[in-house]
Amino acid sequence: MHHLEVKDLCANYGSHRVLDGVSLSLDKGEVVCLVGPSGSGKSTLLRVLMGLTPPTSGEVIIDGKAIGFASKSSIRAARDRMAIVFQQYNLFQNMTVLRNVTIAPLKIKGWPTKDVDEEARRLLAKVGLADKLDAYPDQLSGGQQQRVAIARALALRPEILLLDEVTSALDPELVTEVLDSIRALAGDGMTMLIVSHEMAFVKEVATKVVLMDKGQVVELGPPRQIIDNPSSERAREFFGKILRH
Amino acid sequence: MARFFEQLSRFFAPDNLGLLWQSIGMTIGMTIIGCGLGFAFAFLIAITRQSGGWASLPLRVLATLFTELFRRIPFLVIIYLVLFFIAAFVRGASLFLVAIVAICIYATAYLSEIIRGGFDSVPRQQIEAATAMNFSRWQTLGFVIFPQSLPVILPPAIAFAVAFIKDTSLVSQIGVFELSFRGKELVNQGMSGLFVFGMISLIYFALSYPLTRLGRWLEKRLASSRGQGPVRQLRQS
Repeated sequence: MHHLEVKDLCANYGSHRVLDGVSLSLDKGEVVCLVGPSGSGKSTLLRVLMGLTPPTSGEVIIDGKAIGFASKSSIRAARDRMAIVFQQYNLFQNMTVLRNVTIAPLKIKGWPTKDVDEEARRLLAKVGLADKLDAYPDQLSGGQQQRVAIARALALRPEILLLDEVTSALDPELVTEVLDSIRALAGDGMTMLIVSHEMAFVKEVATKVVLMDKGQVVELGPPRQIIDNPSSERAREFFGKILRH
Repeated sequence: MARFFEQLSRFFAPDNLGLLWQSIGMTIGMTIIGCGLGFAFAFLIAITRQSGGWASLPLRVLATLFTELFRRIPFLVIIYLVLFFIAAFVRGASLFLVAIVAICIYATAYLSEIIRGGFDSVPRQQIEAATAMNFSRWQTLGFVIFPQSLPVILPPAIAFAVAFIKDTSLVSQIGVFELSFRGKELVNQGMSGLFVFGMISLIYFALSYPLTRLGRWLEKRLASSRGQGPVRQLRQS
């Protein structure tokens, strides 16, 4: 049984089909990277998993149990086990760094204040922001904000972490610091589903790479095979373009 | 000049001062009740209009109708509408009740648009981040939407309250004893109209000016409490 399994998932934006029968799976401790041209449905897949965009058909199964997307409580239960980091960080602008990290564990999960506070400080120190606890998001650089967002997601103690192009809004020199944080997580055995364009990074951390195009999975397999020896013409074309940069 | 001092002493005579205080109290009271209750109702209307789903559709339509309708009717007409409506159903209803109901309707209609504008100013991504962390609708509203929209809501809401102090004078038309009404009484008692309404104007100014200052102060405080004061200034420059 897989930890997370996506079966034949479809989703539309209006009449436009964004996900067209996507199937993939994650086992515990796996780092699966989603790659593909923009508009191929990678971000939408993560949004569907988090219950932010409803699927039109297909299944998402966590530890053998399918999410009922029509049921609020079922979606909430799924969100309890996953956390997402957005491309644009989406930190709460009206809260300090520390508050951003502690609010959900305190108010939503109802965990004890002392534990939550200690954990938040530990996580923020881990991503190198121990001195920014009282800063507001717009006093931070993009890279710093993104690391707060990662700490915020981790504070929820998710079983699966979803990362949506977390470096694409950042200046090149800030990319490294965020990737370092993610690399450390992979080392800790966190199960992750990552949308990324950083091919070198993907090659390094991914246990599996999924190439998507036009809402479908084009190819799926270990990074060396998919990136260096793609079997399909579409994959050769995509990686050829990306790696030439 | 002698006449001016005579008028002045009549204006500040103890019995007039007592009535004047009473009328000022009425003006302030109506403003506070109107804006206070108005804000509360407006908040409910704004939330209703924001809600999704079929179940709340009738409520949404009602809320929208209420806002769109009463924002397009002059306040004076609302006062008369309420007066005659209440007179038709409640025997011996007080004019104060009529004034309060009219004021609440008017304030609710305007403030709900201001609050809705504030809610709409919060980026969708902020709400999605909250949703992804399992915030309920109310938690999202309380922790994210409301605090973030407050700096957007407050300046026009206070501007409305300032204008509202002045608008309360219209209820004197149906005979509610407030500041303007007291002015009319004084003129009827033979005092100089120019003098009386000059003084009344000063009182209105004295009432609304501090509120304007309070608005500016709150605006600044809210901006800096988010730690954004300096940043915002930098961005604007």
